[in-house]
Amino acid sequence: MTSPARALVTAPFFSPTRIWAMAWNTLTELTRLKIFYFLLIFALLVIGNSFFMARLSPEEEFQMLKDISLGAMSIFTSLLAILATAMLLPKDLEDRTTFTILAKPVPRYEYLLGKLLGILLLLALSIVVMTALFLTVLWLREQSALGEYRAAFAQKNISADDFARAVSSIQSVSFNINLLPGIVIIFAKAALLASLTLMISAFASSAIFTMMITIAIYFIGHLQATAREYWLEGMDIQWWTRPALALVALLFPDLQAFSLTDDIVAGNPITTALFTQTAALGLLYVGVYYLLACFFFSNREL
Amino acid sequence: MKTVAIAIALLLLFGAARLPYEIHLSKVQQADGFRTTNLNLPLREQVGQMGFVAALSGFRSLVAAFLWIEAHNAWMKVEWGRMAALLDTVTTLQPKSVLYWDMSAWHMAWNAALAAFQDPAQPSEVLRRRAQRQYWELGKKFYDDGLKANPDSAQLWERLGILDRDKFEDHAAAAQAFLTSATKPGARPYVRRMAAYELAKIPGREQEAYDLLKKLYDEGPDERKPALILALKQLEEKLGVPTDQRIKETK
Repeated sequence: MTSPARALVTAPFFSPTRIWAMAWNTLTELTRLKIFYFLLIFALLVIGNSFFMARLSPEEEFQMLKDISLGAMSIFTSLLAILATAMLLPKDLEDRTTFTILAKPVPRYEYLLGKLLGILLLLALSIVVMTALFLTVLWLREQSALGEYRAAFAQKNISADDFARAVSSIQSVSFNINLLPGIVIIFAKAALLASLTLMISAFASSAIFTMMITIAIYFIGHLQATAREYWLEGMDIQWWTRPALALVALLFPDLQAFSLTDDIVAGNPITTALFTQTAALGLLYVGVYYLLACFFFSNREL
Repeated sequence: MKTVAIAIALLLLFGAARLPYEIHLSKVQQADGFRTTNLNLPLREQVGQMGFVAALSGFRSLVAAFLWIEAHNAWMKVEWGRMAALLDTVTTLQPKSVLYWDMSAWHMAWNAALAAFQDPAQPSEVLRRRAQRQYWELGKKFYDDGLKANPDSAQLWERLGILDRDKFEDHAAAAQAFLTSATKPGARPYVRRMAAYELAKIPGREQEAYDLLKKLYDEGPDERKPALILALKQLEEKLGVPTDQRIKETK
């Protein structure tokens, strides 16, 4: 039998098993909060949208389906990342779970990492389900549209040239392999927002405060690139505006860098190099915000 | 207080460290056709405050999709002016979408132009023709602007050629657009034939048309469509091609 003091001394500095246990527990807790119900709304949106869009031409319908589905995916994952993460630490403090965990030989950085991985698992799971649903609807609509053209061709209502043109046109606007890296970038943005929210939550006094601040940063983050451009490219601005723009550029994340799906759904291809560089930036943000969260949390009086 | 000061200092330090990478990434993204949409004041007036905020927040394609549905509703209600304004906004929001440019141009140059020409409220044929032409011009503007944003779109070049051919009857411009389309990735195999047919209609460029049609004919049976053979025979006659150099087809 080891004493608590001895256990503290012999406890490993970094334990993946402990972190995994906390991550899994976080995912289970969030699942119990019935957060996944939002997927039902997504399903209704995608399926309902595809029925409504039947009034449009197949090409327009696919464009709408992609625009709305990926836009909804982006909104849902961003909201989920902010709202679910903002609740984590305050809820644990309120339930006194934090004290129970930290009374054991668990370092605070492991506790935070467990929480972050838990939320990332939740986001990944949500994205996978939404992607599967979206691709299924897209495939079904594509088959239906192609079926209509095949029937028309079989009945000789359209010429071979028109048929080939219609098939090629439908295939060019329906599934596009670039959608997949685009969806990964949506996940990268959500992961960034989750780690940013965790960082704010590490020093914030309430979940509402965390949410408000993160949402404000979300909007400012989309203007960060414009501020950076004005600051660095010598635009004709007031002298006192320049330091303010520099602060915005340095303090806030560049969220426009992760808004690539707008152009991907329009047919713009994404290269492997660009995808890797953008994902790497997301990973860098997640890492740094996590480290800053550890810094805040280690100095926090519990 | 000390913690806050250290945290801000660390964030600023991180900001300074990532700045060169972000600038580089922004340039790479722009070079690859991303982040090129100009979200400016005129757009703010077009989409309204909420739409502009949504577009700024990374939901540009979503706003464009909703506006496209509105434009579709405007079409159903035959509100051409409102539709034109909505299509303009959609294409500003999503300049990389070839579909939006193509459909917008088609709605204006074909549907709106025909409606203007058949407008029962306008007794003057001169004014109806003028309105029709204005819609053709609007359609052409959509193609021109679409091609500025997507210069490699074979589809837009082809449709521009069709507009020049069928509405403006500008055969030289149509031939040029079809020829350009043929050089772009994903070009339809028939655009070269369409270019040759247009060249054949331009006085003084018959030889050019003949050379292109002959080249297509020599490529094999797939290209030997009845219309191509007929055009080739007419050009042989017109240009006085020696009998032994003429094609052998009888029809």
